[in-house]
Amino acid sequence: MGTTTVEPGAATPGPKTNRIGLTVMDYKGGKTTLCAGCGHNAISERIIESMYEMGVQPELLIKPSGIGCSSKTPAYFMSRSHSFNAVHGRMPSVATGAILANRKLVCIGVSGDGDTASIGIGQFIHLMRRNLPIIYIIEDNGVYGLTKGQFSATADLGSKLKTGVVNDLPPIDTCALAIQLGATLVGRSFSGDKRQLSAMLKAAIAHKGTVMLDVVSPCVTFNDHEGSTKSYKYVKEHEETLQDVSFVPHFEEIAVEYDPGSTVEVTMHDGSRLRLRKLEEDYDPTDKIRAITRLTEAHDKGEVLTGVFYVNPEAPNFMDLLNVVDQPLATLPDSVTRPGKEVLDAVMEELR
Amino acid sequence: MATTDVTPRESAGGMGRKRIVNDMSIQVATVNGSGSQSSNTVLLRSIFQMGVPVSGKNMFPSNIAGLPTWYTIRANKNGYIGRKKEIDFLVAMNPETAQEDTMSLAAGASVLYDEPLALHKLRDDLIFYSVPYDKIVAAVCPEAKLRKLVKNMVYVGVVANLLTVEMTEVEKAIRKQFAKKVKAANLNLAAAQAGFDYAKANLQKRGAFYIERMNATAGKIIIDGNSAAALGCMFAGCTVVTWYPITPSSSLVETMIEYMKEYRIGPDGKATFAIVQAEDELAAIGMVIGAGWAGARSMTATAGPGISLMSEFAGLAYYVEVPGVIWDIQRVGPSTGLPTRTSQGDILSTAFLSHGDTKNIMLFPCSVTECFSMAPDAFNLAEQFQTLVFVMSDLDLGMNNWMSDPFEYPTTPINRGKVLSKEDLDRLGGFARYKDVDGDGIGYRTLPGTIHPAAAYFARGSGHNERAQYSERADDFENNMERLNRKFETARSFVPRPEITKGNNAKIGIIGYGTSHWGITESRDQLRDEYSVETDYLRLRAYPFTREVHEFIERHDRIYLVEQNRDAQMLTLLKLDLKPELTTRLRSIAHITGLPLDARSITDELTSMEGK
Repeated sequence: MGTTTVEPGAATPGPKTNRIGLTVMDYKGGKTTLCAGCGHNAISERIIESMYEMGVQPELLIKPSGIGCSSKTPAYFMSRSHSFNAVHGRMPSVATGAILANRKLVCIGVSGDGDTASIGIGQFIHLMRRNLPIIYIIEDNGVYGLTKGQFSATADLGSKLKTGVVNDLPPIDTCALAIQLGATLVGRSFSGDKRQLSAMLKAAIAHKGTVMLDVVSPCVTFNDHEGSTKSYKYVKEHEETLQDVSFVPHFEEIAVEYDPGSTVEVTMHDGSRLRLRKLEEDYDPTDKIRAITRLTEAHDKGEVLTGVFYVNPEAPNFMDLLNVVDQPLATLPDSVTRPGKEVLDAVMEELR
Repeated sequence: MATTDVTPRESAGGMGRKRIVNDMSIQVATVNGSGSQSSNTVLLRSIFQMGVPVSGKNMFPSNIAGLPTWYTIRANKNGYIGRKKEIDFLVAMNPETAQEDTMSLAAGASVLYDEPLALHKLRDDLIFYSVPYDKIVAAVCPEAKLRKLVKNMVYVGVVANLLTVEMTEVEKAIRKQFAKKVKAANLNLAAAQAGFDYAKANLQKRGAFYIERMNATAGKIIIDGNSAAALGCMFAGCTVVTWYPITPSSSLVETMIEYMKEYRIGPDGKATFAIVQAEDELAAIGMVIGAGWAGARSMTATAGPGISLMSEFAGLAYYVEVPGVIWDIQRVGPSTGLPTRTSQGDILSTAFLSHGDTKNIMLFPCSVTECFSMAPDAFNLAEQFQTLVFVMSDLDLGMNNWMSDPFEYPTTPINRGKVLSKEDLDRLGGFARYKDVDGDGIGYRTLPGTIHPAAAYFARGSGHNERAQYSERADDFENNMERLNRKFETARSFVPRPEITKGNNAKIGIIGYGTSHWGITESRDQLRDEYSVETDYLRLRAYPFTREVHEFIERHDRIYLVEQNRDAQMLTLLKLDLKPELTTRLRSIAHITGLPLDARSITDELTSMEGK
């Protein structure tokens, strides 16, 4: 399953390598089986790039997913990482269990709008509350692809299906929910916006809490027509960008200073910097209430608002709250996990 | 005064003269939320400390305060600690149920009641003792708001006097019960003593029942099954526990939290475990599976409604082959059913939990000892077979107090199953996750975080081939399912073997499991002593069934399968496993009332079917 590896530190001139000595090929996955032009494929590409550029050890990454077109994508990136294609809408619990077992793992959970906002809304909500170190990506096309084009709960009011059916229920804004519930890095991007999505993914990798990225990703087969609000055309025409997002990883020199008047800089847990050059004068990505207000306005105006809506790199994450040992629980030696006979003897004595 | 209430009505007569020693059941009827649990435990412990085998069963409502609750203590010199149908001594503290409780007693039983209830007017074939609790408690407890709680301790003293339980043992039990609260202990002791003194001065013992010191409990412990299971899981090396509160399983995890906080904190002050209360049972089992996949020893505890919710995930674990341990503390279904009553009603649904051809390993503990010892077995089997293992306890076992020999420290090493390390992969070059390399149906797995380019595989609930690649090919699907079946067949030789007890040239066999064991054991003696019916007995301890089960059935003309459900679930499961000609030997004794199965019910039904 693994591709050939490049010895770290190999001096012979060869393909370009990242800071841990791997080539971008070491981050590739299997061939996609999604439709040509599917936004999800672009997201997989951005994940490969950002993981490569950040120098994430592929074997330390896990990529759980739910069910649906989006949830198939872990097969198409990073074959050297463990995947778990679980059941519909329940990826958050599987991801949670895996991180409980091994806190050294980096987790990117891939879900869709149906998998998250409909069947999976319960687990989604509780995952956000716990602020576990998990990157949660919604590949959001507003439609059920694998079952051939039914509305999902993120479809906008008035959006039209190919069959002409009009959605008359309001959408669930997963970003507003995530912010309210406790996720500590929340943003929306567009599968077609390479630069923004890449910077947000890198910030996500550097963050030590729950990241929720809603990536609008048009479905070319079932939701890219006139009347859809998740089509390439609609997003391009209605996208409003909050900030110009860039990211400086901790292992890179800072080449360009920034102007504190026009740019918000957030120092991430690992020392990396997330830079947000303001395109809207008064937007403050550390203000939850402002974020939710702005998202509500966007809905009212029919905007597809993108950018980093909320970030808080300091909030305690769930593993710290649980006060779990630093080593992975999964591989603790028996001598640690099975108390000695004297402990049993003492307990028995109390029960006599 | 009270004593005069008991003296007339000699028609209960004769009963007073016969001495029945260390063989009785005492039922205490109270209102839940009134602190009666402490009093009941003190009475139970006092008898236990006198060396008399004893058990306590709490029959409680699904409610926090204000509804009737009954606690039955059975003392028995022969060690019969299953439920006894008849009540010999009623302590009627609850005005709501006092009349009905009294009317349901067999003639000759004793009733101890709160004076204003005036129960003696109801019947003339019982022995009545009346006690003015309010007056007694007012004298020993100046604080009015505590009286409701202390009142119950008064009956302990009265019962101690009437049944000749020694007050020194009552004191010892009270001190243990209120270990760290000296003031509470003193207050309760004063209440018990006041009850004892009142009885001594005012009541004349007329019942036949006596507790006398014997030596059958030396060195033994008292514990409930859920606490025993919690301890077992701690010593099994469990590292991840996820759960959703549900009666009667909650106390398993709650007790485990206490033990783990005390004994599983590393030298750096950090926990060598994670315990997470999930948002529901779906999330609880999802976390178990995620953790098991990533290499932890993970578990959850639940009851029937939780098992139903876990169904989809159980199939995922079966098919992806992920270890995990699920404790099912069975209660009465269907639906919400009777949440605070016991049953063995989840056997069939758990055996095949989930859609498609799913089969699950189950273990059946019958005692607190097995709740402890089967915990490491369950984790070892789960990791060895890379599958879920369900431990099928029940409310009677899980929530009631049982006496037991002290648990033995586990001697079987922790077995993490077939897990390939980086070094293994260096040597092998790679692996195929679902290939049957050893012929036992069990593949090799790797854990996420194993730094080797060939370590990763794609875990998926969709069709896959030996290399864990997506496949819709007919042969891949069939080969994989056949291998899973081989794995299940292999498990037959590794699960706990049944326990067989032989009678004298018996033609009749009894098969039972779980807490039905206690009724069966006593019933076999009744069958022998009262009907001269000899029986052999096989107690199932696991599914899949082992060879011994088939052999046992072949050796007997008729087999009675005793269980606590309506539809003879274990019998049905067993039939699927047997040669067709053997299935006709099976007969069902299936009872479901929500109360623990008693010996007499088994004896009556078996003798009736035997034409006795």
